Amino acid sequence: MTDVLSVTQLSKTFPGVRALDGVDFTARAGEVHALIGENGAGKSTLIKVLTGVYAPDAGELTYKNEKVSFATPLDAQHAGISTIYQEVNLVPLMSVARNLFLGREPRGRLGLIDFRRMHREADEALRRLGVRVDVRRPLRELGVGAQQMVALARAVSVDAQVVIMDEPTSSLEPREVQTLFGVIRMLRDRGIAVIYVSHRLEELYEVCDAVTVLRDGKLVHTGPIAELDRLRLVSLMLGREIGEVREEGVTKFSGEHAPGTQPVLRARDLTMRHALHGVSVDIRPGEVVGLGGLLGSGRSETAKAIAGALPTDAGSVLIAGTPVRSGSPPAAIRAGISLLPEDRKAEGIVPGLSVRENIALAALPGLSRFGLVDESAIDKIVDTFMKRLRIKASGPHQKVGELSGGNQQKVLLARWLAMNPKVLLLDEPTRGIDIGAKAEVQKLIDELAGDGLAVLLISSDMEELIEGSDRVVVLKDGTVIEELTGSKVTEDALMRAIATTGGSHD
Amino acid sequence: MTDLALGGKAPADRDRILRYLQDYGVYLGVAVLLILNIFLTPHFLSAENFRTQAVQVAPVLIVALGMALAIGSEGVDLSVGSVMALSTSLLSLYLGYGTWIALIVALIGGAAIGVANGSLIAFIGVQPIVATLALMVAGRGLALVLLPQLKDVRDPTMASLGSGDVLGIPYLVLIAAALALVVAFVVRRTTFGRQLLAIGDSRPAARLAGLPVRRVLILVYVCSGVLAAVAGVLATARLTASDPTSLGNLMELSAITAVVVGGTPLSGGRIRIGGTVAGAVLIQLLTATLIKHDLPPSWTQIAQAVVIILAVYAARERGKR
Repeated sequence: MTDVLSVTQLSKTFPGVRALDGVDFTARAGEVHALIGENGAGKSTLIKVLTGVYAPDAGELTYKNEKVSFATPLDAQHAGISTIYQEVNLVPLMSVARNLFLGREPRGRLGLIDFRRMHREADEALRRLGVRVDVRRPLRELGVGAQQMVALARAVSVDAQVVIMDEPTSSLEPREVQTLFGVIRMLRDRGIAVIYVSHRLEELYEVCDAVTVLRDGKLVHTGPIAELDRLRLVSLMLGREIGEVREEGVTKFSGEHAPGTQPVLRARDLTMRHALHGVSVDIRPGEVVGLGGLLGSGRSETAKAIAGALPTDAGSVLIAGTPVRSGSPPAAIRAGISLLPEDRKAEGIVPGLSVRENIALAALPGLSRFGLVDESAIDKIVDTFMKRLRIKASGPHQKVGELSGGNQQKVLLARWLAMNPKVLLLDEPTRGIDIGAKAEVQKLIDELAGDGLAVLLISSDMEELIEGSDRVVVLKDGTVIEELTGSKVTEDALMRAIATTGGSHD
Repeated sequence: MTDLALGGKAPADRDRILRYLQDYGVYLGVAVLLILNIFLTPHFLSAENFRTQAVQVAPVLIVALGMALAIGSEGVDLSVGSVMALSTSLLSLYLGYGTWIALIVALIGGAAIGVANGSLIAFIGVQPIVATLALMVAGRGLALVLLPQLKDVRDPTMASLGSGDVLGIPYLVLIAAALALVVAFVVRRTTFGRQLLAIGDSRPAARLAGLPVRRVLILVYVCSGVLAAVAGVLATARLTASDPTSLGNLMELSAITAVVVGGTPLSGGRIRIGGTVAGAVLIQLLTATLIKHDLPPSWTQIAQAVVIILAVYAARERGKR
């Protein structure tokens, strides 16, 4: 097989982050190459360098045996590198055929579009991919899967040498996934290099030939996928060795809680199209339950569904036996559910408001009389929590947007603790905050569980998840595949559970 | 971690200057125009002139107060001029049933347009600029259907509302000042005000914090609608005529200018009522100055455009950092 597109010693730095650090990567003709890694591993940065979105700081890009540098995404496209993103980027109101031939429509005499020829050729192009649709219909009337096929057909028909697919199956039905795989194999047999990004292990083993694993911006493994077993792959992605002897007590968790006997939160059969397929979780007062799994396994969706932040298609949430109306954050909050969202900056803090206003935000109606804000009541609560959580700010009137990540997280915790919640859902509570603040937040989680709160903990940090949780519920493709309890709460057991076959959502 | 990247002294200084300009530039502008006029315009320093200017600025200010709420929620209300027209039509249609009934009907008309704006934005998710543009067209149309042409308003209560005064201060000015105080109080001290600012700053965060986002947004546009209707009623009282064809034309632009020039960012999350008052005064002085010096009214619009561009530029440069 010949190398089509390769990079050597590629580096790219953003302010404060080394996104790519001396990475080598090669896509070969007639090969489907999986590119995998957890959040922040550098996958999307690498793809953006390959497609001309970013210019690398260092390193060389070789395409068809020539050194190249793509100034714009259009340059890369013209050279024969096509990218298909998660969201289809075509024109929804135009017909399927026009989308396929956008910008290179077959012309007849007088320079007018030859619609008859365009429709015939579009139909043929789609049939070759096993898709049968009326090419005159507007694209938006097609299902997401069919739209993706049109994007693919367009990519292939522009003489692509390299096709990059970024999580193409995330919104597809199982049947559509099989059609897509058929197309991918067809592309491979025609000698096209396919780069395939996905978090679904089954898919990787089904359709890919080679695999490259990135972690923290560095290349950790590259080679044929058949030579790498699942467990090894998971351990490479997560950066953990199987059976590795490790010192205990790296985190600040005591690990010992005395949970009550009856669960305070019961989430039953939560179902959400393309994301969750009947997830059930129980949490008792004083218990920390971890949600384990890879990126895209449905951890955040589970937390958001419980908090009413995402609408569910089926399933129920009960607090102390009372059902909570789904899809309504206010209803969930009234029932005693609090969520610390994963995207702290976009969904958590209100950056332009002060520490004081942010802490009081959710509790405001309770701190008001006849719609007028009771300032002294707010001052009291803000003072209490700024001291208790040791929030470091120049004062209660400093803007939250100016605080460090750790202190922002503490402000959010204070906002929820002021509501006296029964259940605390923590989605990546320590991501992106410095080590000192991380230890403090971990200790706080421990204390809160000790005070009788039911805590759901989501973390990509294995140590944090294992040492912080009394129990770990393992998710895969939106399904609970295993529950680790007692002495089975170990990193080994978690990785083995993730690597197990099955758990797909048919 | 980017907090440390604030390097260099010069950008920080520049930032501080821009911040001052955005926050206090409007007061500076008013002061400069006042001084210029004192020296250049004959009879500027007379009680009569000040009264005229204040009466003229009152309706603009009242509309701008509602606009400040809409902009603070990261929205805008383009329908205010049409709401003024609708209120004047309703007023003259219902004057036969009694002055107070007519006044209440006119205000209800403004509230109804506000409910329509707010519902489109909060429930259907239409962008504020599109939703209120639709109501701007529909509102003016409705006003003209109700009252196809200019009609004199001969009502003693209305007449005294338009030209009466207390201790030499016209009712119009007193009402505008009182409303400015009320709106400032609402923004600072009520749950609604706090929630409005949080929603304007970060809608997703406000939603996840359990705030009644829809209710607040609808209330914002109802406030804006009612305030515009009040402005329409007062303008009618002053002119002693209902003219739905021209009343409130381009009022949305004047109101947006007053708010933005007054230091309220278009990106929401912050409302400056004092600045809005000064902004309205600034536009009025600008117009008066140009007219007094025999420049055609179209120049006023150009001058307004320049002012608004300067204000948005200062805000944007500061936002970029």
